[in-house]
Amino acid sequence: MSHLKNGAWIALLLVCGLLTACASQTGCGTPVEEEPVVVIERPPAPEPEPVPEPEVEEIPDFMELPDGTTVAVDSEGSVIRSVFNFEFDESEIGSGDFRVLQQHAARLNRNRDQSVTIDGHCDERGTREYNLALGERRAMAVQDFLLANGVRPSQMSARSFGEERPVDTGSDEAAWAKNRRVELKYE
Amino acid sequence: MKRVLVAASLIAASMSYSFEIVIDRGVDTLTPIAIVPFRIYENAIDITPIVNSDLSSSGQFRPIDEANMLSLPSSAEEVAYHDWRVLGTDYVVVGSVFIDGLGLLVAEFEVIDVNQERVLQSAQVKGNVEDSRSLAHHVSDEVFRAMTGVPGAFSTRVAYVLVENRTFVDERHTLMIADFDGERERPMLISEQPILSPAWSSDGKQLAYVSFEAGSSAIHIINLETGQSRLLANFEGINSAPSFSPDGAHIAMVLSRDGNPDIYTIEVASNVIRRITNHRAIDTEPVWELNGENLIFTSDRGGSPQIYRVNVDSLRVTRLTFEGTYNARPRVMPDNTNFIFVHRSGSGFHIAWRDLEGNRAARILSSNVLDESPSVAPNGVMMMYSTKSNRKGILSIVSVSGEVEYKLTSPTGDVIEPAWSPYLPLTTTFVER
Repeated sequence: MSHLKNGAWIALLLVCGLLTACASQTGCGTPVEEEPVVVIERPPAPEPEPVPEPEVEEIPDFMELPDGTTVAVDSEGSVIRSVFNFEFDESEIGSGDFRVLQQHAARLNRNRDQSVTIDGHCDERGTREYNLALGERRAMAVQDFLLANGVRPSQMSARSFGEERPVDTGSDEAAWAKNRRVELKYE
Repeated sequence: MKRVLVAASLIAASMSYSFEIVIDRGVDTLTPIAIVPFRIYENAIDITPIVNSDLSSSGQFRPIDEANMLSLPSSAEEVAYHDWRVLGTDYVVVGSVFIDGLGLLVAEFEVIDVNQERVLQSAQVKGNVEDSRSLAHHVSDEVFRAMTGVPGAFSTRVAYVLVENRTFVDERHTLMIADFDGERERPMLISEQPILSPAWSSDGKQLAYVSFEAGSSAIHIINLETGQSRLLANFEGINSAPSFSPDGAHIAMVLSRDGNPDIYTIEVASNVIRRITNHRAIDTEPVWELNGENLIFTSDRGGSPQIYRVNVDSLRVTRLTFEGTYNARPRVMPDNTNFIFVHRSGSGFHIAWRDLEGNRAARILSSNVLDESPSVAPNGVMMMYSTKSNRKGILSIVSVSGEVEYKLTSPTGDVIEPAWSPYLPLTTTFVER
């Protein structure tokens, strides 16, 4: 008998976290008016750190879960979403993900000894080796975004698993959409 | 692995996975033959069922049922041509199996052309008594050669990856080698992490592959004679898609250590690495043409994945495919004038083939929706690819002429990434009479 991996439980936890986050905010699930965000293609010199949002002091930026994994948490103590999805054969970050990624960047900027692994993944369609390259391109897109938002290169490492680590083994649009993703992982 | 012969109507838009023999349009195009059950002496082992199965899987022949045979000769002298002409069989294979004075298992056989009333081949294959399966495949190779002029590839093997319990805590990836028909499967490497891209050296003695055991992709080479594995490339970023040059001196591969995925070659003896492509797009999936002068590869430099060719001396790049929005993972056919690749159509991802010079349109060879990883037999007659059926990864063997398809499945997991071996050294000997 098999059991769900740690990663799958985390995914569940994250979904729970998201649901509570949505309940307490406006505009969830609809396009959000965003500050214009400049996505710089190549690593620029680190920008001055964004002004930290006022937060309740007891809430830490990162939290260790019972299974030993570390997650980023927001000012209310909810887990910040760490999975970002993509269109087929695309590596462009969705505009709805900018604000969430900036939350991650803010926490990494306040905690320079905290590192993050950026894992790129693809759906099963297309060829495996091309998908390995595409997964890296997605991971690099997120890495470049974080870099442009002040995170230091030494805090980040990008990897690709191509189509080899699906979260859903189905062969339909819903499964494929879930599997085309970048995951931020904190040690 | 388990082998099943399935429906053969590749021209149909959607193929149903009925796990049974379906004699379809194959009736018109497959050459009817008779493989008469060999006469078995004393303790010898019957090899006829394997010969029958081999020749069926070639996609060129349809062996008739024993129940329909009017006589059961075991030598050319006993063949009554009329008995076979009325059945419409073009060729008859007769023979016997015995153990000789030296204790070797011997298959003696004759291939007869019914229309010309002529013996095309009269020969023996000898081998170890314990290894009747290898003997049978060797007989099939020679029978195929006698009837077509092309050597059979039934003594070859296939490397592939078995993935068990995917997404679960006990997920397991096993690099396997088996006979081309899925029999005699043996594990070469077991890992909790993904294994990809097995690639044979042209002498069949080494297998390169990509594993993630170090946390991200790295290229290793396993020596199949000693079982020892060595690390070839483990740079920062992607290390993938190894391909041995025809002379075995170089390996083409993909590295992203210099910023993004490009094609490199490494000289095996010196470990000297040379960059072949330098483009900010994805360049991947290189494979050598048989002359060793060019690599063909996938690149999305034109906006979508397409197949390109690069000369390894001049580094000049030319584009080979233009049809559609996704053409990838090419493999050069043994004639060095055609290649097979993954092509996306309106209904999904299929295996297609076309010529390197671009004189003919691409032709679709498979009709499932998630076909990938095509690999050709060294005689160019059959090819294998991976696909998905009922949420399971399976392998499919199809004749390049397209009439017959076999599925290779595993009861325990997904079978992916087939790599058909080159011709391998044989343990059996062939003697013409």
